[in-house]
Amino acid sequence: MAKVTIDGHTVEVADGTTILNAARQIGGEIVPPAMCYYSKLNGSGGKCRTCLVEVTKGSEKDPRPMPKLVASCSTPVMDGMEVANITSERTLEARKGVVEFLLINHPLDCPICDQAGECDLQNLAYEHGASATRYEEDRRVFDKIDIGEHIQLHMTRCILCYRCVYTADQLTDRRVHGVLKRGDASEIGTYIENSLENEFIGNVIDVCPVGALTDKTFRFKSRVWFLKPMDAHRNCGVCSGKATVWMFGDEIYRVTGRKNTYGEVDEFICNTCRFDVKDLSQWTIEGPRVIENWSVISQGHYAGITEPIHKNVIGVGEKKDDVKLEE
Amino acid sequence: MGKKLLLDKIQIENLSSYQVYRQNGGYEAVEKALKKLTPDEVLEEVKKSGLRGRGGAGFPTGMKWSFIAKPEGVPRYLLCNADESEPGTFKDRFLMEKNPHLLIEGMILSSYALGCNTAYIYIRGEFMWIMHILEKAIAEAYANGWLGTNILGKGYNLDLYVSPGAGAYICGEETALIESLEGKRGNPRIKPPFPAVKGLWQCPTVVNNVETLAAVVPIINHGGEAYASVGIGRSTGTKLISACGNISKPGVYEIEMGISVEEFIYSDEYCGGIKDGKRIKACVPGGSSVPILPHYLITKTATGTERLMSYESLSEGGFASGSMLGSGGFIVYDEDQCIVRNTWNFTRFYHHESCGQCSPCREGTGWMEKVLHRIEYGHGQMRDIDLLWDVQKKIEGNTICPLGDAAAWPVASAIRHFREEFEWHINEPELCLKQNYGLVKEPAITV
Repeated sequence: MAKVTIDGHTVEVADGTTILNAARQIGGEIVPPAMCYYSKLNGSGGKCRTCLVEVTKGSEKDPRPMPKLVASCSTPVMDGMEVANITSERTLEARKGVVEFLLINHPLDCPICDQAGECDLQNLAYEHGASATRYEEDRRVFDKIDIGEHIQLHMTRCILCYRCVYTADQLTDRRVHGVLKRGDASEIGTYIENSLENEFIGNVIDVCPVGALTDKTFRFKSRVWFLKPMDAHRNCGVCSGKATVWMFGDEIYRVTGRKNTYGEVDEFICNTCRFDVKDLSQWTIEGPRVIENWSVISQGHYAGITEPIHKNVIGVGEKKDDVKLEE
Repeated sequence: MGKKLLLDKIQIENLSSYQVYRQNGGYEAVEKALKKLTPDEVLEEVKKSGLRGRGGAGFPTGMKWSFIAKPEGVPRYLLCNADESEPGTFKDRFLMEKNPHLLIEGMILSSYALGCNTAYIYIRGEFMWIMHILEKAIAEAYANGWLGTNILGKGYNLDLYVSPGAGAYICGEETALIESLEGKRGNPRIKPPFPAVKGLWQCPTVVNNVETLAAVVPIINHGGEAYASVGIGRSTGTKLISACGNISKPGVYEIEMGISVEEFIYSDEYCGGIKDGKRIKACVPGGSSVPILPHYLITKTATGTERLMSYESLSEGGFASGSMLGSGGFIVYDEDQCIVRNTWNFTRFYHHESCGQCSPCREGTGWMEKVLHRIEYGHGQMRDIDLLWDVQKKIEGNTICPLGDAAAWPVASAIRHFREEFEWHINEPELCLKQNYGLVKEPAITV
């Protein structure tokens, strides 16, 4: 076990835990933001540099501070380590820089982007970004590509977190997409114009922190904050069948995995559950998905929900009138 | 004449053939090491020699070797980094082209010291003809029993392979090199773990520069202490310097560490002075990624002492008034060169070569290039200089690998020392396209 202090909060964690995961065990505002790290994907992290933190004391044995800021998602804690995240001016300055870098080639088309409202980059920019850009040049632009029947890739919005590549690598048996070219010409691609065909490939939409990979069955149907996320399950022979269905009235607009407070899904779901089963009768609704009150999804009619409105599980075939959503 | 340890036999005709190399004392170091020394004794000699990595960082080689993990039953690898692609650096290609057996001999010695049975030379893809030279030399070494199984009947086995890169500067970063050698996209790995613990195929690995490995041969031949007696202070031995730019005699020179920069630039033995009798304006002493020095800081340091060709002297004064020895790519600029254009050119290189894995380097290098392009072509604004300064500061130290630093330092140093030239570009947008600024004024008080 190792004892680590982050912004004055001390926690004891198992050896080999990263600083980010130690911070997540403490929770709250001291958790560094992460755009590329995804706890369920091996090898992810280290790339976006938003989770940089300052290590003010290396360990009990070697108390020297680390000269550079370190990526908290890939740096293991040492016993006695002291970390400054939001208490470090240097960290916040560097994070501001990273947000600016991520945004200079981002189209900022949030008003027409399906990810708006649940976008990690949007949240990050609200928290750490500047209100005006210093970038005067042309932005990088790509054409939209349909990769597979249900997924659209809009590379212009991509921040190259590599999460979708790791997802395909670790969830499917034969990855057909990856990162082509290098530098700021890098792009996610299926060499050449292949389509992503795998029963679990839909999960790349869930792991995408921005609106680069979107669900074609949901594109432009609704803003996410007009929908009610409900935990639901169904009998699925392929995956666990545990998902979140996003409803408008009695209609299911889209299905995603169940995302936790860090935007990570609890369990990956299959394409059938995600794209094909949109009929309410085929799902057993468990109750509303708890959404943190900082999220725009919790705004308006959905504000302040911390416990399920429905005490009873609403089963298939029940009278729909009994389901009273706060409209 | 300074002492030569690597290029001492370079004038001999046909040195790249095995017979000529062997007749001139080749492979004697291997004979000596395998017959008389244990691997630990070879390591001890290298430690005693004070040899430092010649690829740019200058990390003590003996110390690097002693870090290698030695778990039971796991192979260890030695990799030679021959992916020399830094602008201004062309020393390794000369060594490999003219004297391939020296590198092979150095690799046998180093592998023996490290207990490796497999070693690779990762060579820059553009050096295809040198790869053929090396392959021929390796075949000769196999045929004569210097590689393969049971070398010299001492029970030591070593296989050596050459593998070409595919045109990426980033694959000269040691973990990107390992990824590329494994057949993957050449993205640098996130450290820790370091290659000494988990490198090639997740096994302990040492990556060394061509010149470093070649220097092991004279160390074993003459002894570590004799090697350490050459040079100055902690900069021991000799260093290959590839001199280019506006000098009379560009080329690859072997210098004893500690000769003065003035001697190196102006003596006839080396660069032979500035071409056409012009004045020197600036100098990049260690390859494109090290800070550029203005004319008044080249031959003497900020405190007025003479600047020497050594790790310590070139970096004296830190980044405020010093630079680095780096990889030894010595670029000299005369008074007719444009620093803004040069900085733009370097930045364009780093923009092109960024792997695109981490955001500060991917986005920042391109941004700096665009701003510098604007300034160079007379479309700059005064705030662009501060913008450049801020962007480079946000790249430096915040990236996965040192390429981000390498892209930031030239911009930072150019603004630090040549700010008035940048301002002149902005104030005289039409004039700057027709003529050059000339020398910058020496500040009254240097830091």
